[in-house]
This record gives sequence, C-alpha cells and structure tokens, in this order.
Amino acid sequence: MSNGTFSLLEAVNLALHRAMAEDENVIVLGEDVGVNGGVFRATLGLRDSFGFKRVIDSPLAETMLGGLVIGMAAQGLKPVVEIQFMGFIYATMEHLVSHASRMRNRTRGRITCPMVLRTPMGAGIRAPEHHSESTEALFAHIPGLRVLVPSSPARAYGLLLAAIDDLDPVLFLEPTRLYRMNPQPLVDDGKRLPLDSCFTLREGSDITLISWGASIVETLQAANALAEQGVSAEVIDVACIKPLDLDTLEASVRKTGRCVIVHEAPRTCGVGAEIAASLYERALLELQAPILRVTAPDIPPPLYRLESLYIPGVEDILHACDSTLNFA
Amino acid sequence: MPHKVALPYTRYLSPDGQLLGDLPAWADDFNLLTRLYRQMVLTRLFDQKAVALQRTGRIGTYAPTLGQEAIGVAIGSLMRPEDVLVPYYRDTAVQLMRGVRMEEILLYWGGDERGSDFVDPAVAEDFPICVPIATQALHACGVASAFKIRGEHRVVVTTCGDGATSKGDFLEALNVAGTWQLPVVFVVNNNQWAISVPRRIQCGAPTLAQKAIGAGFHGEQVDGNDMLAVYDRVQVALERARHGKGPVLLECLSYRLGDHTTADDATRYRAADEVKQAWLEEPIKRLQRFMVGQGVWEGNREQALMVECQALVQRAVDNFEAAGTQAPESVLDYVYAQWPAALAEQREMFLERLARRAGGADHE
Repeated sequence: MSNGTFSLLEAVNLALHRAMAEDENVIVLGEDVGVNGGVFRATLGLRDSFGFKRVIDSPLAETMLGGLVIGMAAQGLKPVVEIQFMGFIYATMEHLVSHASRMRNRTRGRITCPMVLRTPMGAGIRAPEHHSESTEALFAHIPGLRVLVPSSPARAYGLLLAAIDDLDPVLFLEPTRLYRMNPQPLVDDGKRLPLDSCFTLREGSDITLISWGASIVETLQAANALAEQGVSAEVIDVACIKPLDLDTLEASVRKTGRCVIVHEAPRTCGVGAEIAASLYERALLELQAPILRVTAPDIPPPLYRLESLYIPGVEDILHACDSTLNFA
Repeated sequence: MPHKVALPYTRYLSPDGQLLGDLPAWADDFNLLTRLYRQMVLTRLFDQKAVALQRTGRIGTYAPTLGQEAIGVAIGSLMRPEDVLVPYYRDTAVQLMRGVRMEEILLYWGGDERGSDFVDPAVAEDFPICVPIATQALHACGVASAFKIRGEHRVVVTTCGDGATSKGDFLEALNVAGTWQLPVVFVVNNNQWAISVPRRIQCGAPTLAQKAIGAGFHGEQVDGNDMLAVYDRVQVALERARHGKGPVLLECLSYRLGDHTTADDATRYRAADEVKQAWLEEPIKRLQRFMVGQGVWEGNREQALMVECQALVQRAVDNFEAAGTQAPESVLDYVYAQWPAALAEQREMFLERLARRAGGADHE
C-alpha cells in the first residue's frame, strides 16, 4: 500500500488490508463484503488479496453475524464484521449486550471476544429510512464494550488498527457523511492510535467545543467563525465514546470555563448528557456559564428532503456559543 | 410422543426395556452400557442434590435435568476432547462428562462466576451455560466456522430445548450452518414443555427436526429416553459432521419430569396423569431393565453404585461450600482485559463503596 492522499473510506480500507496482512487470524465478514467489496466499498480488494476463507460473504442475517463472531472470537480468530448500516445493527444487540461484552466477565477471563463491528453511521447522504442513524448512546451504555467514532482519515486508520488489536469487543462507527469528503495525506505505517483518548483538534482559551463524528466538520467551521470574531475556541473530538476520556474534557473546561457539546444524535440520554453531567460533577465552580448542547431533537432522522434540519448546523453551534459566551 | 413424519425416528428399547429390533453392534459392549448407566445415575443424584441445595437456600435458582439424562450422557460419551460443547442451561449431564466439575455447576447456580471458569483443561474451550434462549446456536456456528476456516476435524455440539427452535437465532443458525456446511450438531431436547407452553402450541410443524430440511441438511428424531437410540444417533451425527458431510439436527423426544427451574411450579399448568405417564418412559429405569434382562446388571449392584455416586456428590458439595466468595474487586477485574484508565474514577468510587461497607460484599 502506498502513501498519499486518502478519504476516510480509503483509510478504513487501508487499515483492513494492513490488519489482514499482519495477522492471519483477522477475518472480514458481512453482507456483500467479498466480491462486491461492501456497499460503500470499504472492503474493496480484500477478497482478491486474502481469499474467500478470510473475506466471507455471509447470508443476510444480522443476528447471525452478531452471534457468529462470538464463536469465532472465542476460538482465537479476530473477526471484523461489517453491518451494512447502523439502522440494521439492532438485530445484533442481544449478542452484544448479553454475550460479547460479558463473556470475559462471565467466564472469569477463560473465554474472550476480541472482535470489531464496523458500521456506517449518521445522516446527510440522502439515503432511505434507517440509513441515517446515530444511536451511539445505546451502545455506550454497555459495560465491556468499546465504542469508537473516527472523524478523519488518519483517526479512522489508527483507531481501526487499534480496535482490531484490542482484546475486547469494539463497535467502530464510521460517519458516512465523511466517507468521501476531503481526502488527506496519510502514511500507511501501521501506527496505532490510543484508545480511550480524546483528540484536541484545535487549542483555544475562551470556550470548549466538544463533538464527534460528522459534526466535527461544522464544529471546526464554527471555531473558525469564532476566531474571526476574536473568540478562541478549543475543539475536542471525543472519538472514543466508551470509555470516555473525561480527564481531557475536564482539563479543557477548567481552562476555558465555557462548554458547548455538539452531536447529531437525539438529545435525551445522548452521550452529550453524560459528558455534561460529568463536567458539572468535576468542575462546577470553574464554569462561567451552563454547558449547552446542540443536538438533534428527539425525533427519528427525517427522510432526506428535511434531513439537513436534523443535523446541527454551523449557525446552530454559533448560536449556542453566543449564549454561552454572553451568559451573565 | 413422536409425530408421524417422513423423517427417521429411532428407538431400540420399549419403555419397559424390551429390545424392539436388532441391537446395534456397538451395544454388545456391556462395559460401555454399564458406564452409561452409572453416569446417568450419577447425574440424577447430583441433580436431586442441587434441587435440595436450592430448597435449603444454599444455591440460587437451578434448572433440573431430571429425565434428560440419556441425551446428555450420550453426547458427553461420544464427543472427543478436542470438540467443543456450546450448551444451554439444562445440560448438567453432558457438562459433567466433558470435565466440568460438580462444584463448578453448584458455584454457577450458587451465584459465583467461577462456576464458568472451568478448571479442567479438557473443557477450556467449552462455552459456559447460555441463558438467553437459542443464542448459543449462533455461537456454536462461529466456533464451527473457525474449525472449518482452519481445516480442523473438530465438531461443535450445541443443545437447546423445544422452545428455542421458535427463535430467530435458532433458524439463522440452521441457515448459516447449512449454507456453509459447518461441522456442527444441533441437539434439540424436545422435552415437551417450554416453561408452561406445551410443544403443540410452540410450532405448527409436525416435527422440530424438519426445520433442518429448510436449511438444506439432515434432520431426524430419536427417542430421547432410550439410551441405545440416542447414543447410536449422536454417534452417527458426530461422525458425519467430523468428516465434512455437514451439520445434523437431532430432535430428542423426551419429557421434562421436573419443573422448568426451582422457581417454577409445573403443577400449575400440566396434569398429574401426564407426568405419571411420562415417568413410565424415563431413561434410567429403561436402560436398567434392559441390562437386567440381558444379564449384565444385577439389582444387588444398585446399592453399591448409589453409595459410590452419593460420595462423589457429597465431596463436590463439600468443595462447593468450602469455596468461599470471590474477592469483591473481582467484579471489576474481567470486564475488560485491563480496566481502562478512562474508567479509573469509577474503580476508585467502587473501592470506596467497599471500604464504607466494612465487611465488603455480602458473603452469604
């Protein structure tokens, strides 16, 4: 694999190629991942490079995939399964909640489930119903599971390799809106990024903007707009939704005293609520204004004619920042 | 009761232990029959003890295996050490034969995760008891897929009850097993009752075995109370799967003589006459009558067998009661391979909770 400029989707593909080349126990499976290379082409070329025994087109049955990989992982394989869209992942949930995330605990470490479930997440690609979900909070609630959301090609590459290395089950959520956006230079050096760490994308001193996934794009745009107004915004990509690196978030908020959290998922019990509650517990007296959240309302993602209203926009983020900055 | 279908149905012994046809060749081995009989007796004594321990509050809820002994003992006798068992929660018989210790089974139902951390290396890869119905069938297919990918001649046996065959997990497991011709044997213990729901309102198909046909592989029925029949058909199924001839679904017709679990009261939903009739067909007495009739077992050996088995059970109970409780911190130790640094605060808070409750976790 050469170095050069890669989209997030290509970075995922690059990481999969490397992981499979490095470790023969890595198995890629899912619906249409083999001959077709995946509906988004994330697994393109893997079948040719690694053969049908390691790149497996499965029957169309998500519950089956969720259960099957537990048996594979228990046998020492490292399955990386693609669920075609996040809207179809719910059929796997019993296996994630009741088995994959607790087999290690149930057996006191005798049987473990190192595996990765990859799935595209989020709205903004004019897709049919059930293809625009951001339900990371449902999974963040499961002890024993890790939940990752990369928001750049480099983080997709480094985090996916780390996820495949990890000894526990990982849900790897890929923002579809970013899949082909803004390719960036990437060195295919196999370097892993740390799990359980936030990424500070931009340092600032007046306000902390916390986000993840596709909303990182609008959050960074908002930070640029604030800079033009003379406001210095720190932007943090949470990236690891579970476990959550609260220390980094706390340190930033202690520094700035103001915080806006941006996520595409619905508001109630979203990951933003967990972050806000934790920051209040840790740094209440350092805060100069209430923490505000910019989220989708508690509605299903609208079909595509209205879906842009669902996604937090730059102006929505700036409005929240104004309220926070001007709080008495 | 067997349903009239075109699928094979195997029975060698009548309920009163009479041979109904030719004896299979392997059954000439009377030492084997004696071992199978002994193991069924041991399982039943252990099972009775576990129920008694629950009734006296020394373990929690337990799922009795009463009446299912032939199925488990047959499977346990025939699986090779390198095979993998993916059981459900009524599999005491087969687990004991695989190498799971009685005290481990008691620990599990006695509220202690160490009961699923099997000590015997022979069962290092066997799955623990699976509580969510039918989900284990898919785990079994995953294990079988690993065998197939690596080209190993090992077999997975997974078990479930009749109710489990109604679940999507079971049907998705059959589908993938048939598609990929996986080396897996599905044993359905059709004991006629899924808690209070009888077989006749569980599924509209005349047999459960025929679900295999829809998935493209072989299914058959066997009298689950007839040790000779179950042993014979499990043996054939295992060989078939081991030699790359694909999965098998074996529906064993039995009867759940006990309650669903110790938390259940089956007299609420089934007639005493039905249970009384089922006792006439139970597997242990049937094999005993056959062996006595063949002159390979005498009633006067029964007492010595009981004494021997009771001693084994009692020793396990002693070990169980001496096991103590795990260290309270153990609840944190196996959630992740390493407790994540990002959750360090939660760990500290839990340790503080322990300190507040001076005695640590509830030791009773």
